[in-house]
Amino acid sequence: MENYYQPEVECASREQIRKWQDERLAKQVKHVYDNVPYYRAKMEEKGIVPEDIKSVDDLHKLPFLTKEDLREAYPYGLLAVPLSDCVRIQSTSGTTGRRVVAFYTQHDLDLWDDCCARAIMAAGGTKDDVVHVCYGYGLFTGGPGLNGGSHKVGSLTLPMSSGNTDRQIQFMCDLGSTILCCTPSYAAYLAETICERGLRDKIKLKAGIFGAEAWSEEMRRDVEEKLGIRAYDIYGLTEISGPGVSFECSAQGGMHINEDHFIAEIIDPATGEVLPDGEKGELVFTSITKEAFPLLRYRTRDICVLNREKCSCGRTHVRMSKPMGRSDDMLIVKGVNVFPSQIETVLLNKGYPANYQIIVSREKNSDKLEVQVEMTPEMFSDSIREIEVRERELIEALKSMLGIYAVVKLVAPKTIARSEGKAKRVIDNRNLY
Amino acid sequence: MTVKQISVFVENKPGMLAELANALNENKINMRALSLAETKDFGIIRLILDDPFNAVRVLKDCGYVCSITKVLAIAISNQPGSLGKVMQILGDNQINVEYTYAFTAGVKDKACMILRVGDNEKAIEALTKNGVKPLCQDDLDELYR
Repeated sequence: MENYYQPEVECASREQIRKWQDERLAKQVKHVYDNVPYYRAKMEEKGIVPEDIKSVDDLHKLPFLTKEDLREAYPYGLLAVPLSDCVRIQSTSGTTGRRVVAFYTQHDLDLWDDCCARAIMAAGGTKDDVVHVCYGYGLFTGGPGLNGGSHKVGSLTLPMSSGNTDRQIQFMCDLGSTILCCTPSYAAYLAETICERGLRDKIKLKAGIFGAEAWSEEMRRDVEEKLGIRAYDIYGLTEISGPGVSFECSAQGGMHINEDHFIAEIIDPATGEVLPDGEKGELVFTSITKEAFPLLRYRTRDICVLNREKCSCGRTHVRMSKPMGRSDDMLIVKGVNVFPSQIETVLLNKGYPANYQIIVSREKNSDKLEVQVEMTPEMFSDSIREIEVRERELIEALKSMLGIYAVVKLVAPKTIARSEGKAKRVIDNRNLY
Repeated sequence: MTVKQISVFVENKPGMLAELANALNENKINMRALSLAETKDFGIIRLILDDPFNAVRVLKDCGYVCSITKVLAIAISNQPGSLGKVMQILGDNQINVEYTYAFTAGVKDKACMILRVGDNEKAIEALTKNGVKPLCQDDLDELYR
C-alpha cells in the first residue's frame, strides 16, 4: 500500500496539475514583475509584460536566470517581498566565490517542509518512525529540509547533523532510527562501518533518503543489502528551495517533481531551446508558489531527462532521471557544490600560481578533494615547518571558501600539464555519471 | 663564519633523488654532505657542495626550486664526547638546533657537523667564546685538500 503525504495533490489528475500550474504561473510572473526590478528589466529587454504569460504554454517566452544572475543580484536583488516578511536564509556556494543566499517566508518554509514530507512518506515514513537526519545543518539546506519534513509527517526527528560516525551509530542503535537521511556516500560509509562492527542486528533502519550528490545503482544495491533497507533518491537545490524539489517513490524509477510548486523544462544548454519530453538536456525550474525568492526559469545546469509515463506508485507528477552530468564545471564533492573558480580565487589571494589541478576521487565511498599546487621560489623555505604552516593556511582558506576540507599537495614546478588552450584543471576519478 | 647549504624541493616519489644526482653529475658538481627531510608528499634535500653558486644556477636551469641557507659547520674530533661538548655550549646559551647532520671529511680523525640554529650570530659568539670556531666556506674546502 503506497504511502502519501498529500494524496489529493500527489495523485491529482494531469488536468488538475496543469490548471494549478497555469494559474500559479500567471500570478507568480506578476508578483516577480511588480517586486523584482532585476527580473522586470530582463522581461522588458525581451519586450514581455506579465499579461503575455497566461499559461504554461507561454513559459518559454520568459528570460532565463542563471547562477551569474544570482551573483550579480547578490544579496537582495532577487528578493520579492520586504525583508521583514522573511524568516530564514539558507545558502550555498556560488561561482566565483560569492555565495548564493536564498530567502524564505514562513509560507515558503511550509511548502518546502511539505515537499520533504512527501519524500519521507514516499519512502514509507509515518508518525511512528524515527528519522535520523545526518545531513549538515546550518546554511546547508540538507539538514533543515529533511528536519522540517519529518516534523510535518509527525515522525520522531533526530537532528544529528553530519560527522562523528561513532555517535551516529550509537544513536541509531540506542534510539532505534528507522529512516536514515544523508548523502549516499555517507550512507555507504555508515553501512560499511556498521557491518564491520557486527552491528547489523542492532539497527532498525527500514529506509534511507539519500541525495545531494550523484550515486549509482550499484551503490544503491550495496547500501540496501548492507543495511537491509530500501534506498530512495532525493533531489533539490537551494535556489529553488532545497531537498525535496523531487523525490523517489516505491517504484525507484526516477524522482517525482513536485509540479504543484515547481514547473520543470528541459532545454538545449547551447541554444536555450525547449526540448520535447524524453530528450536529454538541461533542467530548468520555475518556482510558482514561493513568495520570497521566486526564481523564474532558473537554469540548474544539471543534465537529465523527464519522463511523463504513468508511475506504478499512483503519483501523477512528472519524473526526472538522476542528473547525468553538468553543463558547467561545477563539482559536487561530499554533497557540497564546488567551482574550480573558487579554488583559483583562494590560490591567487594567497599568492600561489594560477597553475593548479583539482583531483576528485572516492575512497571507501567517501569523496576526497585534492588541490595540487606547484612549488614556487616565493613559497619555498629551507624549513619544513614553515612550508607546512603555509600549507595549513591554504587548507584553512580553502575550507572557509568551500565549506569542506581539501587536501593540498605541493608538487614540483612545471609538473602540472599545461595543455595548449584550456588547461585540464579538474580530474574527476569517481566515474559518477 | 657560516657555510652555504643548498636546499632543494623534491616530491616524495620514486626516482626524484636519482634525477637530482644525475643533474649534479652532468655538471661535475660534487656533494660533500646530503641530508633529506621528508613529509608524506614532499621532501627537502639539503646539500653541502663544492661549488654552491654554480650548483644553484644548474639546479634552477633544471627547473628545481631551491634556496641557499647559511648554516654552521663545525669540525670535531672523531671520538666519543666531542659532539656533546659542542651541543652543551649551544644548550647553555639557549640556542635551539633546528636540524643537524654530519659527515666525515678528507682529514683523518675529523668529523664535520652541519647545524641549522635559531640564531647564527648568537651561536657563533657562544661557540667562539668557548674555543670552538665554526668553519667558513674556505675552511670547509681546506678539509678536502
